[in-house]
Amino acid sequence: MSDLVTYLTRLGDNTLVLGHRLSEWCGRGPALEEDIALANTALDLIGQTQMWLGYAAEAEAKGRTADDLAMGRDVWDFRNLLLLEQPNGDFGRTIMRSFLFDHWHLLMLRGLTQVSDARMAGIAAKAVKEVAYHADRSAELVVGLGDGTEESHRRMQDALDRLWPYVGEMFIGDEVDAATAAEFGAPVPDMLRAPWDDAVLPILAQATLTVPDGAFAHQGGKTGARHTEHLGHMLTTMQWLHRAYPGANW
Amino acid sequence: MYAQMIKSEASQDDPEKLAAFQARIDRGEKIEPKDWMPEGYRKTLIRQIGQHAHSEIVGQLPEGNWVTRAPTLERKAILLAKVQDEAGHGLYLYCAAETLGISRDEMTEMLLDGRMKYSSIFNYPTLTWADMGAVGWLVDGAAIMNQVPLQRTSYGPYARAMVRICKEESFHQRQGFDVMMKMCQGSEAQKRMAQDALNRFWFPSLMMFGPSDKDSKHSAQSMKWRIKMNTNDELRQKFVDQTVPQAEYLGLTVPDPDLTWNEETGHYDFTEPDWAEFMEVLAGNGPCNRDRMEARNRAWDEGAWVREGLMAHATKQRAVSVAAE
Ligand SMILES: [Fe+2]
Ligand SMILES: [Fe+2]
Repeated sequence: MSDLVTYLTRLGDNTLVLGHRLSEWCGRGPALEEDIALANTALDLIGQTQMWLGYAAEAEAKGRTADDLAMGRDVWDFRNLLLLEQPNGDFGRTIMRSFLFDHWHLLMLRGLTQVSDARMAGIAAKAVKEVAYHADRSAELVVGLGDGTEESHRRMQDALDRLWPYVGEMFIGDEVDAATAAEFGAPVPDMLRAPWDDAVLPILAQATLTVPDGAFAHQGGKTGARHTEHLGHMLTTMQWLHRAYPGANW
Repeated sequence: MYAQMIKSEASQDDPEKLAAFQARIDRGEKIEPKDWMPEGYRKTLIRQIGQHAHSEIVGQLPEGNWVTRAPTLERKAILLAKVQDEAGHGLYLYCAAETLGISRDEMTEMLLDGRMKYSSIFNYPTLTWADMGAVGWLVDGAAIMNQVPLQRTSYGPYARAMVRICKEESFHQRQGFDVMMKMCQGSEAQKRMAQDALNRFWFPSLMMFGPSDKDSKHSAQSMKWRIKMNTNDELRQKFVDQTVPQAEYLGLTVPDPDLTWNEETGHYDFTEPDWAEFMEVLAGNGPCNRDRMEARNRAWDEGAWVREGLMAHATKQRAVSVAAE
């Protein structure tokens, strides 16, 4: 796989996996406004998936489509961050997962709007507007719930503690990142940590949440080397219909 | 239609005021929230709009059942957009009902403890992907039949909510029909799925219009008040007349051996749904009543800490901003 294809697949798998996770909330949110917002965010992410994986499939030039990539690959070929495949848990964990990712996603997309590859820059320009809204909304909920009742505070702190070991993977670069940085001027993950800290830490402080100690980071999602057990179950549901009737047009 | 068997309330009001109110309605004027209205009109509307709103909310569940299994990214996106629209419809309708002096939370509590109802149709299961087509085509189609005339209903906020909602519902119906088209042009298995979906949803869709006119006790008053615009049987006939040619176009068979075109009346003759089954569904014995109510209750109970947390935060913020003044 070329570096470009890998890079695009990572972007598309991130949005696909999180979009799918959020769609699992359908009709089950804590309030009507949250149902609408969760569906809307999932919809944005699935739309971005169509663009990233559509481009990946074309760049790969093996005659596959975005749907083939989404519905036809097994766990080891997925390149999403481990953070995003983590199960929804309660609403607090779902929102915390989005919050941690949204601010990284926003920085990443801002960088991607500047790359020399026009198509990549175009997709990023469209997505960045949506993600700016996602980041605002998840931040608002993290503050509201972190600094809400005793129970909501406890749940948000639990969520942060539980998800923190998956934060580090977002900032670990590899040879694919280095190659796309050199070729197109794509953002280097290591460089995003400081601006991410600048964006996220004050919000967590405002939410009266304590940032966990420890820099340990689970890895293996973006390289595909070792996903968590959860992804396979997600794909079982997501891909079942497509796989049960091969070649069908829907 | 999303409101079935709405009991209308008799009014004990001053006959002169009642006559003047009726005259306004007869002149085609819109009644607005601050205007005087008979207590019966207000209560009947709360029941009707509330039931309609609850139907939009519960209606997310049978479609949400397939969001995670949609066969392509595009279908997933379309279904998510539809479910999001339905939640939005719920929101407009709760807002319309709130202008009558009841809160959304009160109505929600009444849904959750069974005092208020939602449409019988959402107590039927969605078992295959073709059901996403059938629901859009038939259920949104039946809803439109009822809601288009309600754009002219006498209560202003309800009429205006209907205008916004109808645009989206006809979009849903076209998308549902498109899913059915794809299935009917597809493999044998897909055609079988499509036919099976029509078999299961045909009669429940006919039930959406409520009992036959001869058994519909509450229609007269509601029609006088223009909060019900057509009788149940009129709408059901219109729905059958519109839908049968669509089924033929798809190459599907309507599961009614007695369905025939009647030259004389210019309408289809058709078999009425099993009203005993309908009454069972209303009584809580539909295939999914308990699942639906359990899902809504769980969402509400598990969301309590979120709503309380956000409220507590908002209260703290207000205290801070007051202190700063
Ligand atoms: Fe609707
Ligand atoms: Fe609809």
